[in-house]
Amino acid sequence: MTDTTEVERYELLEDATYDFGFDRRQFMKVFAGGLALIVPLSDLLAQDGQRQDESGRGFNRNLPQEIGAWIHIAEDGSINVYTGKVELGQNIRTSLTQAVAEELQVKPPMVRLIMADTDVTPFDAGTFGSRTTPSMAPQLRKAAAAARETLIGVAAQQWQVEPNAVRIVDAHFVNHDKTKSLSFADLAKGLKLVKTIPADLETTPTKEWTIAGTSLPKVDGREFVTGRHKYTSDLKREGMLFGKVVRPSSLNATLISSDPVQKNSAGTQMVKDGDFIGVAAGDQQSSVRVAGMISAQWKTADQPGNAELFNHLRKTAPSQGRGRPVGSIADGFAAADKQLQQTYTVAYIAHVPLEPRAAVAEWVDNKLTVWTGTQRPFGVRGELAEAFHIPEERVRVIVPDTGSGYGGKHTGECAIEAARLALATKKPVKVVWSREEEFTWAYFRPAGVIDVKSGVRNDGTITAWEFHNYNSGTSAIDGKYDIANQLVQFHQSQSPLRQGSYRGLAATANHFARETHLDELAVLLNLDPLQFRLHNLKDERLRAVLQAAATRFGWSWGNQKAVAGRGVGIACGFEKGGYVATCAEVSVGAGAKVKIERVVESFECGAVVNPRHLENQIEGAVVMGIGGALFEAIEFGNGTIINSRLSRYRVPRFSDMPNIEVVLVDRKDLPSAGAGETPIVGVAPAVGNAIFAATGKRLRSLPLAPKGLPL
Amino acid sequence: MANIKSLNVNGKKISVDIDPQTSLLIVLRNDLNLTGTKYGCGEAQCGACTVLVDGQQTRSCITQVGKVADKQIITIEGLERDGQLHPLQESFLKADAMQCGYCTPGMIMSGVALLNKNRQPSRDDIVRHMNGNICRCGTYLRIIAAIQMASEHKGERND
Repeated sequence: MTDTTEVERYELLEDATYDFGFDRRQFMKVFAGGLALIVPLSDLLAQDGQRQDESGRGFNRNLPQEIGAWIHIAEDGSINVYTGKVELGQNIRTSLTQAVAEELQVKPPMVRLIMADTDVTPFDAGTFGSRTTPSMAPQLRKAAAAARETLIGVAAQQWQVEPNAVRIVDAHFVNHDKTKSLSFADLAKGLKLVKTIPADLETTPTKEWTIAGTSLPKVDGREFVTGRHKYTSDLKREGMLFGKVVRPSSLNATLISSDPVQKNSAGTQMVKDGDFIGVAAGDQQSSVRVAGMISAQWKTADQPGNAELFNHLRKTAPSQGRGRPVGSIADGFAAADKQLQQTYTVAYIAHVPLEPRAAVAEWVDNKLTVWTGTQRPFGVRGELAEAFHIPEERVRVIVPDTGSGYGGKHTGECAIEAARLALATKKPVKVVWSREEEFTWAYFRPAGVIDVKSGVRNDGTITAWEFHNYNSGTSAIDGKYDIANQLVQFHQSQSPLRQGSYRGLAATANHFARETHLDELAVLLNLDPLQFRLHNLKDERLRAVLQAAATRFGWSWGNQKAVAGRGVGIACGFEKGGYVATCAEVSVGAGAKVKIERVVESFECGAVVNPRHLENQIEGAVVMGIGGALFEAIEFGNGTIINSRLSRYRVPRFSDMPNIEVVLVDRKDLPSAGAGETPIVGVAPAVGNAIFAATGKRLRSLPLAPKGLPL
Repeated sequence: MANIKSLNVNGKKISVDIDPQTSLLIVLRNDLNLTGTKYGCGEAQCGACTVLVDGQQTRSCITQVGKVADKQIITIEGLERDGQLHPLQESFLKADAMQCGYCTPGMIMSGVALLNKNRQPSRDDIVRHMNGNICRCGTYLRIIAAIQMASEHKGERND
């Protein structure tokens, strides 16, 4: 079923016109002197194990046209890593530092990462899809290893010895008896050497890692606990104004008329351009007050709301979806002893990054610079260039380490708004979205409807699997179960709300439907849900996490003492190179309140780079998963988001916390995969299955129990 | 109403000239450049804007500056003393109790307020006291661990 799974269809909302403009001239400007090791963009894009023959790209050859990342050993010995990736709390600033420090055999504080600045870091498509660890880290590791070997060569030449007689000890290159010693600065001084990483370079085998594979704390953690770190929303520029946008009366509304543009005495300026109306003022209070006083008339259209949502998604989708069948679904049903047909739904949910979208824009000599929290700095640069009809060379986007994103910060609306106000006022302008703007004018995780029809034999073998996903997306639409006859299709609907990427994307919806249905089949056959899964599953890695979670949890079907109102559930899954299994225990108390008491989650993503931070990501994904599983849902109607505030949209809090136990399955023999997303996918089905075990109520809609258990 | 002319922030008396109805959050961030205190929701639902006012945890986003003009205000920037982090700042680092870090200043200020009135909070005490603070990255269990860790430093400081 290969052609059902395309690359993250919601990951990019629209094609951006990329200028892969990190050219030789720009590079040389930043490089100045010392030693540079370049990672070609093609190497970063090439899939694992499918590298092109790079015989034409040896040392001292020309620079590749497109640079993906590079490491610079400056003449003062400082080690700078340039990457277009963005830090949003996934702790890649730390994990990439570990990879580079390891190969250069230096302590991590010697390595500095320069991230996500379109003028000084090479092109990067964006920080999404759990790609940093599997693609950027190994390439930077190679570049660091090449830098090490080059400097060893330089030292060897100076001392007239063989390179294998030179070692690195305490950040110094030394000869065999340590009578000679040179620092990174000693060696890089006067050097002006640029090399492309060789294809055949060996990096440190996973089993010999001493810096990667350890729990290095967040490299700049102190900046955060002291409040010193400057997020975009904290930046201040000389003469900066505060901007506020006058929003339409509803979604998809167009402007009919508004107050005329005026400049009031306090220096507040109103800006109107097409449907855009904004205000810039010397202080934040005035910008909000004046924007609130501007009256505008908007043309609105009837739009569907929650009540019609799922019908709407079915109605607006083609009946024939995309996806090639496996075997014969008719044969599969004919071979079955029992059949089951059910429908599952998921709601729109919001990312709720605690730092709302923010941007500071300034125009200097016709060049636009924007600081903004986005996961796609180069994509936003393209959006800005398009919006202002200027070449991308005249736009610089800088992303300070950002107050989270979870897939919600792929677009540049806020950057465009700040830049438009800055253009009109000829001053730097900061725009920070309010929480209500963030809830209303960003985008949501897609809602969806999933129909599942299956056939099983009495021995527990699944013979037929028909799966139709309307709108929620294709991530993990194909399960790992070995089923001879399958028909899996994705049907694209017209979404009433703007929708986009989210942590794990559709993998949550698809796993919820699949793993809930599996549980229903186990109940139908009166089989242990764990054994039933294992019976239909050959994939060793998935079996391993399933067994690891079950063992830690103490899974024991049929032998449990039945406690009224308590139940356990299990689910497993795979996405983006990560394997996950989740066991949950819930209690249902007074007022039908559902409490998740305990979650055990095992996760395997190849060789573990930073165990502590991996556990942190897994715990975080479980917590975020609890929100979508139990109570998060966007309420909307007629173009309005009804619960656009934190007092109306409930996210998980301290009091919702179960005990969470993480079981890491460390596979040092396998390449590392990303871990920011996949650990979220098992939570909803495990919890739903546990609620069934506790109460006998089968819930097939996310969120499961927004106001306690439905009656 | 007359403008506010001075504030006591982080142990210092600071001259200002501000409309008393302005929110303390805006004054701290925009006028005093103390940007460690964050905006998260503007309706006291997330705790990112938490500061101490006479030792009590206070949501600065809904607090008019006129109401605190004669009180002692402490922000995240005021916890460090002579280069020494507050024990709770230290324990946040030890427990890796953050991811994106945006909620961290508010979490730490709420945690300090708790430790000021209860040196040995139980897990339930912590959950009850901290429930108004949101960490969207989901590091709640680490934050609980960090507060417990800091509570073992008895009687050293009172902020």
